[in-house]
Amino acid sequence: MAVGGTKVNPQKFHKSQIPFYLYLIPIAIFMGAPIVYIINHAFKPMDELFAFPPRFLVSHPTLDNFRNLLQTTAGSSIPIGRYVFNSLVVTLAVVILSIFISTMAGFALSKMNFKLKGPVFEVNNIALMFVATAVTIPRYLTINALGILDTYWAHILPLVAMPVCLFLIKQFIDGVPNSLIEAAQLAGAGSFTIYRKIILPLVKPAIATGAILSFQSVWTNVETSNLFTSAEGIRTLPFYMNTLSSVGSVQGQGMAAAAALIMFVPNLLLFIVMQSSVMNTMAYSGIK
Amino acid sequence: MEREIKKRRNSRLTRDDLTSYALLAPYILLFAVFILIPVMMTAGLSFTNFDVINPPRFNGITNYLYLFTQDTVFMKYVLPNTFLYAIVVGVGGYVLSFLLAWMLAQIQALPRTLLSLCIYMPSMLGQVFIAVIWRTVFSGDQGGWMNAVLLQLGWIDQPIQFLLVPDYFMLIMIVVSLWSSMGIGFLSMISGILNINREIYEAAYIDGLRNRFQEIVHITIPSMKPQMLFGAVMSVVGAFQAGNIGVMLTGSNPTPGYAAQLMVNHIEDYGFTRYEMGYAAAVSVGLLGLIYAFSFIARKLFSAKDE
Repeated sequence: MAVGGTKVNPQKFHKSQIPFYLYLIPIAIFMGAPIVYIINHAFKPMDELFAFPPRFLVSHPTLDNFRNLLQTTAGSSIPIGRYVFNSLVVTLAVVILSIFISTMAGFALSKMNFKLKGPVFEVNNIALMFVATAVTIPRYLTINALGILDTYWAHILPLVAMPVCLFLIKQFIDGVPNSLIEAAQLAGAGSFTIYRKIILPLVKPAIATGAILSFQSVWTNVETSNLFTSAEGIRTLPFYMNTLSSVGSVQGQGMAAAAALIMFVPNLLLFIVMQSSVMNTMAYSGIK
Repeated sequence: MEREIKKRRNSRLTRDDLTSYALLAPYILLFAVFILIPVMMTAGLSFTNFDVINPPRFNGITNYLYLFTQDTVFMKYVLPNTFLYAIVVGVGGYVLSFLLAWMLAQIQALPRTLLSLCIYMPSMLGQVFIAVIWRTVFSGDQGGWMNAVLLQLGWIDQPIQFLLVPDYFMLIMIVVSLWSSMGIGFLSMISGILNINREIYEAAYIDGLRNRFQEIVHITIPSMKPQMLFGAVMSVVGAFQAGNIGVMLTGSNPTPGYAAQLMVNHIEDYGFTRYEMGYAAAVSVGLLGLIYAFSFIARKLFSAKDE
């Protein structure tokens, strides 16, 4: 062991680590506190929501806000179930399509040689800087021209091509040893077979990361509902949550917190489950 | 014999080419339709006057001239706000990401995982949730958590309309944005730091490296330049992409006193409220140009090509 060597990623606890904890723990609390606050807020009964001074933690948790949520929507023309259904359909479609399309393209960009390979990857890299808001108008015109306004496709198609996902997946596939692919080719496998039987199983962490990223981009997306659909029945959950939360009343706050919680939990669970896969993929995330 | 081998190799290449294109096709198609073509259309529209009802009328560089000479809102509020925001949240957030990532790398794996989850969580929330949380915290009546605390401490007599007074508002937006900005760029940097070969450190320490600071500057950062670049690009894009936060916190676009007006809001204002799509397109081109310029600087800083 070198004297005075670096202490990155230590195995055991050492008191020199304490200063770092002193910084990290308050920051983590700052990051986590608002979320804890909202979680508590969602379970507060009416009197606690109105309480002044407002309390941080809930003392008599109830499911009132959630019940109100379901009932309010029963009063309006579209039940919340419809929004949930829309969101589920759209999210599932985007995640699955995005994974297949990105892994296929990533495989081609990483392991195959063809004329436009360099430019395609470069263009995609530039597209990492893409800001969707800057092109909402042409997108709207395109979707209109394609005739898919007010359909599920308006939610799905714009979000499937994610330059970030393609980038991460391609980088990860770069790490698959070429010898494996060559061996398969010698054994007579065609490219699609190689894709199915070798690449896909080996890049599961990248697939997990891509799935999480596309999930996050779809599940909370209000723009597609706002801009590309006008019929209420076709809009998705986050749009509905948004409508709810702009109600100013205190009761509205409770419902908004409940709604926000419903949106957040799947996201959180997904990430916790896939967390190590994500970190694994990130090892390849450098842009060279 | 040789001619046979060459023929076989050639035909395999041709089949390979076709397969490559087949594999790429779905992505390229969607990419072209929903990203590439809209960008080109935006560039095209920026030279026109387009109010959605009538077809676009070509008007040369009028939009751009207006943008740089006559758009006072842009010059007085939007551009400075955007730069302020980009520097504090983009660059500042990036530096903060790196520091946090580095500190996290100095502790053991289990606490690191827990703490990084806490820090990463806000970035997963989505605009709506973030607005819900912080609107509740900074609500202008005494029900707002911030106001309640300040009132109890006796620091103020009346609840402050945080979300309506321009002075506080930019500050709040910056805090909220920093809070939610520790995303995949952050994760990438943690990963980058953890994956640096220990032997490089050991060699450097033998060579005379003396403290942690030197370690960071001379070894850590150069060894993870690709991750630094990825993090930088993500930060820049995120910072310039923001704009919805202002609208969601106050409920209106433009925000009161233009306090939180960023380029994205400006585009939406002209595009969707005033139906001046041609002008909005010109501003959009400006935005994309700015992002590209910042990313170019990042690339210059972190290019690993000359190693």
